[in-house]
Amino acid sequence: MPMTLAEKIIARACGRSSVQPGEIVTAKVDLAMIHDSGGPRRVEPILKRLGVGLFDRSKVVLISDHFVPGNDEAGRAILELTRRWAAEKQVAFYDGEGICHVVLPERGHLKPGMFVVGGDSHSPTGGAFGAYMFGIGATEMAGVLATGEIWIRVPDTILIEWRGRLSEGLTAKDILLALCGRLGMDGGKYQAVQYMGEAIESLGMQERMTLSNMAAELGGQTGLIAPDATTADYVRAAGGEPGEIGQWQADPDAPVAEHHVFDAASLEPQVAAPHSPANAADVGDYPDTPVDVAYVGACTGAKYIDLERAAQVLRGRSVAPGVELLVAPASRRDQDRAAADGIMAVFEDVGAKILPTACGICAGYGTARLGDDVTCISSTARNFKGRMGAVSSSVYLASPYTVAASAVAGRITDPRPMLTGGGQA
Amino acid sequence: MTWDMSEGRAFVFGDDIDTDQLAPGQYMAAPLETLAAHCLEAIDPSFASTVGPGDVIVAGKNFGMGSSREQAAQALRALGVAGIVARSFAGIFHRNAINVGLPVFAADAIDRVAAGDRVMLDVAGASLVNETRQSVIALEPLPPFLLELIDDGGLIPHLEKRFARTSSSSDTDSKKEARV
Repeated sequence: MPMTLAEKIIARACGRSSVQPGEIVTAKVDLAMIHDSGGPRRVEPILKRLGVGLFDRSKVVLISDHFVPGNDEAGRAILELTRRWAAEKQVAFYDGEGICHVVLPERGHLKPGMFVVGGDSHSPTGGAFGAYMFGIGATEMAGVLATGEIWIRVPDTILIEWRGRLSEGLTAKDILLALCGRLGMDGGKYQAVQYMGEAIESLGMQERMTLSNMAAELGGQTGLIAPDATTADYVRAAGGEPGEIGQWQADPDAPVAEHHVFDAASLEPQVAAPHSPANAADVGDYPDTPVDVAYVGACTGAKYIDLERAAQVLRGRSVAPGVELLVAPASRRDQDRAAADGIMAVFEDVGAKILPTACGICAGYGTARLGDDVTCISSTARNFKGRMGAVSSSVYLASPYTVAASAVAGRITDPRPMLTGGGQA
Repeated sequence: MTWDMSEGRAFVFGDDIDTDQLAPGQYMAAPLETLAAHCLEAIDPSFASTVGPGDVIVAGKNFGMGSSREQAAQALRALGVAGIVARSFAGIFHRNAINVGLPVFAADAIDRVAAGDRVMLDVAGASLVNETRQSVIALEPLPPFLLELIDDGGLIPHLEKRFARTSSSSDTDSKKEARV
């Protein structure tokens, strides 16, 4: 029986030669990722109640990113508890090194074929590496940490194919927002979304991570991309061992539940209006929308490639009067690399405020939360009402190019004219 | 199995019942009983005060969409709801429901049950008996281990039982490692 990539990984994880969609099986996890918000402070009381320790400390990675850098007493106390727990349990711990979804693969913890759970809803990010990774709640995570196992209904696969290539000025974020607009936030039906096609294969790993991450916004359980040479190169460079990627490919005739086909070449830059990623439309549909704040941040919007793209627009230009540009790099490594390449200097030159490498206001944390009636354009993943600050604030989602161009213009703006010469230093 | 097969009433809701309706944000810091008293009040103000043991929720698609907050399922369980039969569920809610011991079944029942119908959810038998209409709606059975998990009261009580078994059968009482 031909199998999809999701079925192959789950079959391996539950010790079977094959599985069928709809079956409920118990699988062994290869890795569990937790962070400071849903991690030690929530799971430790349950582990104590059960009277057990970790199933395997070498398979647990803890990353502090939500309460970093510790802006108030409660946040600092949670970070202290997190650090004590890490020391006591002797798990791999990255403290203030960046957002978990970016740091985990950056440090070589992911490789194709793994079965991984994360204590955060954007955990499908790991799907970009050909790993079956998905998010779970804190109680369920405590169960995983105690047993090393989790039950899963073998999902159907929903193939999302993008034919052709993205044109200049278009990004993975535009693809994903377009998908939210067309398929809706339950289009993924909690099944395995898998991205494919020339436009996807031509993307680097950081762009693929944005697609997989936002499988959460599509309602998928994970967002897989079949591993290839790009995947293997990234894993090796991160200090991991990619293994034999040939075994983590779907069989050519494996049955899937749905197969959607889109044309990448004709995609226009996308902007999602408040208060849902599903409110996506072409940037040209927002002719007169002034912004107060432009935010380049989050795991889907401030990795190295996102910073580089925002800087490409901003170099030699200035931010419109009255607009505040905020930049929160997604990881320390990406920030250091951006600094070495002169990208951080571009942000400083235009007067951007550089925020800590953490989840920050994307998740409603930190000191830069949006005030009353503020309109923000943001490179993040969600624009739910009140998520990034005051209930009366409004958030438009867009690519780093579009966010930067809108900061320059003071209103929502198509970035493409700013990328074709003129005004660049 | 120790299912309480008591009869109850059907509470019928539409599509996209979200976790903010089930567990309103402004009561998230309050004790579960307080939170549960406001469950679904935005669409049915009398729900929490009238629903009781044996009652069944019948709904449309994407029940439990939104946040991953477990309290959405815990509130319904605290009110005595016997289970939910919906056209489809949001994924994380579905997992959370089972993990907190609330039976959930995907089935197209909404056109065959009216609000207030006398119904009985047979969890182990995977059927919804509609006494008012003298009909039986077949549901997709839950696999035995998920039934056991729900029957134990959810994942944590289930694991407590499992670890108690493991440690009592172990030679050394210091050995409390997880069985994998």
